[in-house]
Amino acid sequence: MNQALREALQRDERIFLMGEDVGAYGGCYAVSKGLMAEFGEDRIRDTPLSESGFTGFGIGAAAGGLRPIVELMTVNFSLLALDQIMNTAATIRHMSGGQFGVPLVIRMATGAGKQLAAQHSHSLEGWYAHIPGLRILAPATLEDARGMLWTALQEPDPVLIFENVMLYNRSGPLDTGAGAVDIDRAAIRRPGRDLTLLTYGGSLFKTLEAAEALSTEGIEAEVIDLRVLRPLDEATIMASVGRTRRAVVVDEGWRAGSLSAEIAARIGEQVFWRMDAPVGRVCTAEVPIPYPRHLEDAAIPQVPRILEAARATLGKG
Amino acid sequence: MSAAKIHLTRETVRAHLHAMMRIRMFEDRCAELYTQEKIRGFLHLYDGEEAIAAGIIPQLTATDRIVATYREHGHALVRGVPMRSVMAEMFGKATGCSGGRGGSMHLFDAARNVYGGNAIVGGGLPLAGGLGLADRVQGSGAVTACFFGEGAVAEGEFHETMNLAQLWRVPVLFVCENNGYAMGTALTRSEAQTDIHTRAAGYGIPSEVVDGMDVVAVEAGTRRALAAIREDPHPYFLECRTYRFRAHSMFDAQLYRDKAEVEAWRQKGPILRFRNWALSAGLLHEADIAAIETEIEAEIADAVAFAESSEWEPVADLLHHVTAEARPAPPPPAEPTGATATARP
Repeated sequence: MNQALREALQRDERIFLMGEDVGAYGGCYAVSKGLMAEFGEDRIRDTPLSESGFTGFGIGAAAGGLRPIVELMTVNFSLLALDQIMNTAATIRHMSGGQFGVPLVIRMATGAGKQLAAQHSHSLEGWYAHIPGLRILAPATLEDARGMLWTALQEPDPVLIFENVMLYNRSGPLDTGAGAVDIDRAAIRRPGRDLTLLTYGGSLFKTLEAAEALSTEGIEAEVIDLRVLRPLDEATIMASVGRTRRAVVVDEGWRAGSLSAEIAARIGEQVFWRMDAPVGRVCTAEVPIPYPRHLEDAAIPQVPRILEAARATLGKG
Repeated sequence: MSAAKIHLTRETVRAHLHAMMRIRMFEDRCAELYTQEKIRGFLHLYDGEEAIAAGIIPQLTATDRIVATYREHGHALVRGVPMRSVMAEMFGKATGCSGGRGGSMHLFDAARNVYGGNAIVGGGLPLAGGLGLADRVQGSGAVTACFFGEGAVAEGEFHETMNLAQLWRVPVLFVCENNGYAMGTALTRSEAQTDIHTRAAGYGIPSEVVDGMDVVAVEAGTRRALAAIREDPHPYFLECRTYRFRAHSMFDAQLYRDKAEVEAWRQKGPILRFRNWALSAGLLHEADIAAIETEIEAEIADAVAFAESSEWEPVADLLHHVTAEARPAPPPPAEPTGATATARP
């Protein structure tokens, strides 16, 4: 992310980063470390603790010709900016009959796993995926974390990027030529013939691990990384599920009224007659995220529950 | 009238009176059209507050920007949004200034830098601050005029915006149209500090109060503010004390105030006072005023006819204007170099 931000700032002088502790502190997750010294205080802009205010300033600056990247420390804090995101950023193009757009990128951390309890750990990207006018991204791989930002900055409309906190810890080899990636399509991360596991963000690596375990049982699971939560890449989803005839959605959001519910419904609407089993779901338990490790782990999707759900769709539960 | 520093010619006096009467007569007609169900939804009239838009907006340049509230018919008209397209928007017709998608509360006009019509109280303030930030960073020299009622002062977004605006020195003229009531709640019943302009002053923003019922006083305050902002970009706060003669919206039974109070304010009304002063000063004659009325009546009749005869947007276009029609092509996939480096997100 740090390199992606640096490159963006170098390539387009309209781009600037704003948010709490992005400058002098270097970013809550060290994502913007060193950038203020390199680009100055006007382009790495520390903000007061005013999520609604500075998000709105980002919206206005975008409408006024700049290309802001607004960082909201975590998705829970983004609720303080929800008025600006929903009532202005997502609606001004429509209310104005297409006259004004908001080319704004908002980044935030999401998800559980760091024992940060019930006000810092939720996965609310599914809520945002409910809102027309927004594009919702959830990078899970290093390539996507690196490459989605630049593409998002070219969009004429607001893009929200949800970065799972557990992915900040992952490191690995990245091609030195890695660059911008598309922000339209889901990706098949593992091909398979027996069922489709649909997931995104922090659950991708758990799902891939589950797929490898299933393989030892002779079950070949296809793993789809949704990448873009709105608009959903229905073509990739339906092609895969129509072929494997079985699907399990793994979503760190709560089950009720969730993105997983939306995906299951669309599968029912579009490929029901090709399905051999009901769509399975692995979601977060209906509880605010607890502090102790064992309860936090039990609340969110884990490999054993993914395995159970996968076997159940195959009648092997 | 106040503020003798402004040189009032026959032409400027006529222009002020024309601007205020044009808003009043337009909205009187809108109220009629509302009862005829030609205009639906909410309809918030500016009746009594016309001196503010008429005193401020003509002082702005073409590149300056306007952010207003759901009570913004007057602002759009004074800014030069054609009455035809404002009336068509009230009807919800495709020829409206927002393509019919917004209605009374969401009048937009990109060509004239009118950024709406925001119907979330306080919601327009951060937007205006951000427009000001863009102008500051780009050195455009433009000023954003941000209008809001005194009810917005209770919102967190007001305080967040005041702090950021002064911290980042954005060229925004914040105009509080203080009509004394947030819908039906009197200022004294909702605010611990009723002297609104001191709130902005608390953030270090230059701040003053003007008589919002006096178009000349508003103009004078605006000139001072704009001169200061243009000399050295920074926020400026103008509290215009005014009164709303009619109900908050067409659904308001006005149980919260006396008829006598309304009547007393009507006698101080911006149009009545200014007209009587202009007549007594010999700058205008009854015949001039009659001519203004005739001119505006004809414009309104034309606007209504235009709105009536305009087409509805086809239902087939329902999903337009959610996102941009044109998006950039996705980037070509990067050619792997084969070489890798260790990376962290």
